[in-house]
Amino acid sequence: MSKKLRIATTSLAGCFGCHMSLLDIDERLFPLLDLIEFDRSPLTDIKHCGPCDIGLIEGGICNAENVHVLHEFRKNCKILIAIGSCAITGGLPAQRNHLDLGSCLTEVYLTEPGLAHGHIPNDPELPLPLDKVHPLHEVVKIDYFIPGCPPSGDAIWKFLTDLIAGRTPELGHGLIKYD
Amino acid sequence: MSDTFQLDGASVPFEPGQTVMQAALAAGHYIPHLCYHPEFKPHGSCKLCTVKVGGRTAASCTMPAEVGLNVESNIEEMNGLRRTLVQMLFAEGNHFCPSCEKSGNCMLQALGYDLEVHTAGFRHLYPDRPVDASHPDILLDFNRCILCELCVRASSEVDGKNVFALSGRGITKHLIVNAESGLLKDTDIALTDKAMQVCPVGVILPKRVGFSVPIGKRRYDQRPISAQALDDAPRQADASGSCAACEGTP
Ligand code: SF4
Ligand code: SF4
Ligand code: FES
Repeated sequence: MSKKLRIATTSLAGCFGCHMSLLDIDERLFPLLDLIEFDRSPLTDIKHCGPCDIGLIEGGICNAENVHVLHEFRKNCKILIAIGSCAITGGLPAQRNHLDLGSCLTEVYLTEPGLAHGHIPNDPELPLPLDKVHPLHEVVKIDYFIPGCPPSGDAIWKFLTDLIAGRTPELGHGLIKYD
Repeated sequence: MSDTFQLDGASVPFEPGQTVMQAALAAGHYIPHLCYHPEFKPHGSCKLCTVKVGGRTAASCTMPAEVGLNVESNIEEMNGLRRTLVQMLFAEGNHFCPSCEKSGNCMLQALGYDLEVHTAGFRHLYPDRPVDASHPDILLDFNRCILCELCVRASSEVDGKNVFALSGRGITKHLIVNAESGLLKDTDIALTDKAMQVCPVGVILPKRVGFSVPIGKRRYDQRPISAQALDDAPRQADASGSCAACEGTP
């Protein structure tokens, strides 16, 4: 067996549901780990991405930090995969796209009852939100997409094993879903 | 012996006056379609049903069947075109399937599944289309309208009410409600109308019944749309006025 494929994963404007689904492949994680090893990922806590074969990105782009991380992945990963509705369409966070960002922040932090004495967070450590939420493919080239909110463990397994075996990944009825 | 044409190498019989789509479905051959509904005059707008005939492309739902036609439908070239059309529809509206009541029963989504569409690919337009929740029993979510005009046709031809119309041209084309206020509550639409049954996507929704069918039990969870469209052909309305193809019928 040649050397293991190196895979990096991250969650941008996502909910970690896709990562949970990745863990849902359950005991198949063991055969998978014979084929791959993880680089930067919430599973390893490695903070920056080194050269990788595959990057798996959950979540869309909603703030400046997301853009930097996405570029880091694109620079280091030979194959970049958008996983889940948010990475592919913007998803739930993009439901604010037809609203003005300023009025969203005002309503949530200032005028909404219960937070009347709040203030709009302005800590310099916080990444600035973008005017609109974007799917990944609007910012960098994405090679593959695994749809679903989240895609099932079975769908992720099928997709990754197809890809690793050199087949064109196909989901087919029952595994392909957008919800 | 009736006349025939060729569809993907199979011989398809037809009656005079039938379109390629009608004859194909009646003979048990599926051609993907979205704006076509067997109970209505073909509209020919979505182009999902595009086939190759003698080297040229044509919408099979409006093309009259003719003796000796050589129709190619299930070929990668046509499925590639269909994939692009589905992608454009997803990018043009706001299709957030995870929160859509129609999910699992939606023709657009089911076609996306069948054609292995993994992404809209294009830049999403994220149009601003406020919903109309004015009616006590019916919600209109314009975000998902694909402008197929089935509700327009059903409301005028079957219900005799003209509740819906399309307005504007090109990218500004949109569905409107025929009332001075523009609101659904000021029309005489009723839950029992045909217009309530024909929307292939999740625009015209009866209130308070959403998500009642669990995931896994919805229509296209069971079998892909290509395997089900034939059950509907010619999708005649049964005695209750509902048809198998029309989701969301209360
Ligand atoms: S109408 Fe269909 S494609 Fe659009 S959001 Fe609803 S389920 Fe998804
Ligand atoms: S509301 Fe539904 S039936 Fe009417 S035009 Fe839009 S997509 Fe078609
Ligand atoms: S089904 Fe023929 S153009 Fe829409």
